[in-house]
Amino acid sequence: MTDKRISEEGVVAQLESGMTIGIGGWGSRRKPMSIIRAIARSGLRDLTVVSFAGPDLGVLCATGKVRRAVYPFVSLDSIPLEPHVRAARQAGLIEDEPWDEGMFLLGLQAAAWRVPFLPTRVGLGSDLPRLNPRLSSVRSPFDDDLELVAVPAFELDAAICHLNRADLRGNACFLGPDLYFDDLMLSAARSRRFISVERVVPTAALVEEAGTELRLRVNRMMVDGVVERPGGAHFTSCVPDYERDEAFQRSYAAAAKTPEAWAEFRASWIDVSEDDYQHKIGQRQVGERASL
Amino acid sequence: MTDISRADICVVAIAECFRGDGEIVANPIGTIPMIGGRLARASFEPELMMTDGEAALIANDEAFRWPNGKVVEYYNPYRSMFDVVWRGRRHVIMGATQIDPFGNQNFAAIGPDYAKPKTQLLGFRGAPGNTVNNATSYWIPNHSPKVFVEKVDVVTGVGWDRAAAAGRGATEFFDLRLVVTNLAVLDFSGPDHRMALRSVHPGVSVEEVVAATGFELVVPADVPTSRQPTEEELRLITEVIDPDDLRHTEIP
Repeated sequence: MTDKRISEEGVVAQLESGMTIGIGGWGSRRKPMSIIRAIARSGLRDLTVVSFAGPDLGVLCATGKVRRAVYPFVSLDSIPLEPHVRAARQAGLIEDEPWDEGMFLLGLQAAAWRVPFLPTRVGLGSDLPRLNPRLSSVRSPFDDDLELVAVPAFELDAAICHLNRADLRGNACFLGPDLYFDDLMLSAARSRRFISVERVVPTAALVEEAGTELRLRVNRMMVDGVVERPGGAHFTSCVPDYERDEAFQRSYAAAAKTPEAWAEFRASWIDVSEDDYQHKIGQRQVGERASL
Repeated sequence: MTDISRADICVVAIAECFRGDGEIVANPIGTIPMIGGRLARASFEPELMMTDGEAALIANDEAFRWPNGKVVEYYNPYRSMFDVVWRGRRHVIMGATQIDPFGNQNFAAIGPDYAKPKTQLLGFRGAPGNTVNNATSYWIPNHSPKVFVEKVDVVTGVGWDRAAAAGRGATEFFDLRLVVTNLAVLDFSGPDHRMALRSVHPGVSVEEVVAATGFELVVPADVPTSRQPTEEELRLITEVIDPDDLRHTEIP
């Protein structure tokens, strides 16, 4: 039996500059932030980030890791616009490849099914075909003769998601309201598929943890490495394990205001080991509770 | 009877967007839209289905709090939502940072150069897919020439002219309906589906709406006044759907 456990640094060691990396979650929900922080600390650069984006894209933009952003939206949910991505975009620092969020699903599904494209109406009439050079059009071979948008398969070099529980072989479950598109993200990469989880449990405990087998939606064929990291999605939400840390997210957003503020945030919360980060978060939360 | 506020008028105007929709997902996005959608369902459009903003369709009347718990009638994660949208069983009410005379919408980026925008916004979100697959209306709480522009910088949601130019794939299920603002209700009944004034809210003049619109609005000879809530509607809004008075945080 293969034990696929690995550290955040072990994940980073398998990534290379210039790669296209898919990141799971949605907005500021269940993002693999401990691995994002490790990438932010690394020497990696020129990444193409594929994401239903939130602070994953924000942190990587603010630390200069992103060459190209491939995304249908970027939001911190409770803070509608992502200030670090805005700053990078408005300074013209990153390439921008816009998508519709449903169309995004088709690109991942096409890669997972190993077909070059999937057809859709989505995009017709909008500026997506003008602004996204990877989109093409396709004519139906059937009697309807309909002209549709051809959504190309996303070829991911790596995929990284955060789930609630996994066993050490990479079977995993989500415990919150929505899987989002994590299974497709992991299926759209041929290799370098990593998950971080709140807790590694014995395989026999997965169904009990999930309450039902219906939540066991990531299997070990889809996963090459498992990072066990309680709090690994912090400061995004990872319900029911924890809600979004809104106070922390506000300070993250405020750090976009000046280079000095960002330097301070970065020194405190990114250029530190993940163990130190989690320790400091624990202390901060104890302090917040005490001051209530 | 309680004083009727502008926000109450807007809630009713939003509710009216869903009249006749029947058994579809009503997906009004934002505070007043959500209250308006709930009002439609609690009164004249009882077959509507509505989300909790997360991954469930819920049957409760309340818009934001569920003091006695949610009554879930369907598990509807994001992936299922695309099944609903692409089958056309939905009427969405979106926002817009810019909207043009034919209803092309932008909430992705402001400025002439998309590669280096003056202001980066949300992105395309689901707007391209929504507008060519299901019924779409808009809610604009700040009717002004900065929002109502001759030409949007980026087309995220598709308008009537762009749909027609894109061909049958875009027009077959295209169903762009109404624009509700803090001043008025607009539709696309003008020549070539150009935006027209449908009603002005009580206390608002036609001139005010025209001045707040950055393009030539089609104005019929007689412009009616947006309707008032009934007493029962007002009771539903204030006692059941929005007892926390959140609608007045959006339109004071």
